[in-house]
Amino acid sequence: MSDESGVLIEATGLRKSYDNAVAVDGIDLAVSAGEVFGLLGPNGAGKTTTILMLLGLTEPSGGEVRVGGLDPMRHPLAVKRQVGYLPDAIGFYEGLTGRENLRYTAALNEVLPPEAGDRIDDLLELVGLTEEADQAVGTYSRGMRQRLGLADVLVKDPKIVILDEPTAAIDPEGVAQMQQLIGLLAHRDGRAVLLSSHLLPQVQEVCDRMAIFVKGRIVAEGTAQELGASLADGRARFRISLDASEEVLRTVANTQFGSDQVEIEAAGHGSWTVIVPSLSAQSLFAALVNANVEVREMRDLNSELDQIYRRYFRESAETLA
Amino acid sequence: MTANPETTFTPWTRKRSGWAIIARKEFADHILSIRFIALLVLLGLVGVGTVYAAATALKDAAPATANTPGLFLRLFSVQADPVPLSFVTFLGFLAPVLGIAFGFDAINGERSQGTLPRLVSQPIHRDDVINGKFVAGLSIVGLIITVISVLVAGVGIVMLGIVPSAGQVARLLIWLIATVLYVGVWLAFATFCSVIVRRASTSALLSIALWLVFALFGSLLAHLAAGVFSPIDQGNPESAYNNAQAEVTLARVSPTVLYQESSLALLNSDVRSVGLITYEQIDQALPSELSLTQSVLLVWPQLVSLLAITVVIFAFAYVPFMHQEVRA
Repeated sequence: MSDESGVLIEATGLRKSYDNAVAVDGIDLAVSAGEVFGLLGPNGAGKTTTILMLLGLTEPSGGEVRVGGLDPMRHPLAVKRQVGYLPDAIGFYEGLTGRENLRYTAALNEVLPPEAGDRIDDLLELVGLTEEADQAVGTYSRGMRQRLGLADVLVKDPKIVILDEPTAAIDPEGVAQMQQLIGLLAHRDGRAVLLSSHLLPQVQEVCDRMAIFVKGRIVAEGTAQELGASLADGRARFRISLDASEEVLRTVANTQFGSDQVEIEAAGHGSWTVIVPSLSAQSLFAALVNANVEVREMRDLNSELDQIYRRYFRESAETLA
Repeated sequence: MTANPETTFTPWTRKRSGWAIIARKEFADHILSIRFIALLVLLGLVGVGTVYAAATALKDAAPATANTPGLFLRLFSVQADPVPLSFVTFLGFLAPVLGIAFGFDAINGERSQGTLPRLVSQPIHRDDVINGKFVAGLSIVGLIITVISVLVAGVGIVMLGIVPSAGQVARLLIWLIATVLYVGVWLAFATFCSVIVRRASTSALLSIALWLVFALFGSLLAHLAAGVFSPIDQGNPESAYNNAQAEVTLARVSPTVLYQESSLALLNSDVRSVGLITYEQIDQALPSELSLTQSVLLVWPQLVSLLAITVVIFAFAYVPFMHQEVRA
């Protein structure tokens, strides 16, 4: 651990601008040992650019980066020695076997035999590829490649692991395996893990903390609970499905809460999103029942992270536009 | 799982720098590749065919050629029916294919496989990638050319029953180095294409197009350009000389011409000039041999130019590669 607080990845005011566009607009990050940190954002939000700057593979336009206490632009080899990076759309040499691909990485990291062979065997077992280790990677499925990628990252035994979209485009079973492995890296081995994803459920599943990343900015940061609470702003959000028209819903809600307190948006298929002052769901439900409206479904959106996520994106899109 | 299967990549047992590890892996990949085997077979057939024809022709002319200096090296440079070209000419024509074959997908191949981000995130410098690949390409080309030349020499020795002298072997070795330098030009150009063009097929086509331009139209272009820069004035014989001089000079822009001149002087000890010679200069001249050093001196500018062209083209590949975005 390079620093007393255990912070292994630190970025302050990190910026990257291209000729006519700003990809990353002044972000702050800190990831400690033993923690999984998720960068959650839509494609094109600047997640990969941020990761490349952390690795020293892209030069920042401004701000500071410390990885393991070092500036990746000034000490590229020392940083790359302690950071394992799994790129999105990971590729391997198709004609070589999984084991050979790992051996190459080991050689590049100066992990020498016989240590390399033992470590590779252990890693292949960890990611469940022992059986397939001596097949050409060309025959691997996406999930297998992704797991081989994780083994590849770990060949150098890094203190810091950076995973770019580790669970994108693999089947649900593969996702579960990856998530379990990622958890082990941080919680069992004490590595600092930074992962990026555009898929909220997967981030939620595995990350201790997360940052919501939109258009080059971090718009919110914290645990899932903190993020949910920060958005609630004293109002309750419900998704309601009715066998009635919007007029009926509006009339009932206005009578109950006052028309200036109610927001209703159509959500399609006879359902609406209703935002009302922070009151229990029961009072709205009771009012609807009293008005003889049949309520098919009613859900509290504040507790659902994908709604939080979408709302953040919508809000940031509005404020940044 | 403890069984240790046959693998194509066994790591170094001691620490090496990044480019050496990359070069070693690339070399191993190349040597098992279909393109390596195909080129080796193709060049092997060409080599044996040409040397067989040349040796047959030399044997038929044995009484007359008994005293010819450097008879052994003539094997490489003599054209004899039914084969249309000598071995050297063939190799001069095909050498660019070797360079292109081992360079056209050097960088964009890593990109399209998605291995580049993984590779550059290892503790190596970014230029280790392109340097290692260039070294591997040049080594494999050197291997092919050496194998084929030794094969050709062997067939020639058996057929002619003459043993080359040390001087001839030295000439052959220097000619091999010149050939590798010439291939280096094309390897560097193909690597350049692989950096700037994303698709391997486009990169191969671009390299092949340039090769064909030089191989087929090089002399024509030099001729036309000489006519523009130094036109022939009908009443003035000196202008004809100047025109010819300009044409020779312009033709030397082409690495193919530089290589042909080098081959000519290195493999024929009685060649005394690779430039323009007037009748006055050779009138009454006694045929005599140049020593190896003199022959090398004669084409030293050509050899240095080939090296310089390789370095410059490689620099054109190197600089953009260092500044390119890593992501796919």
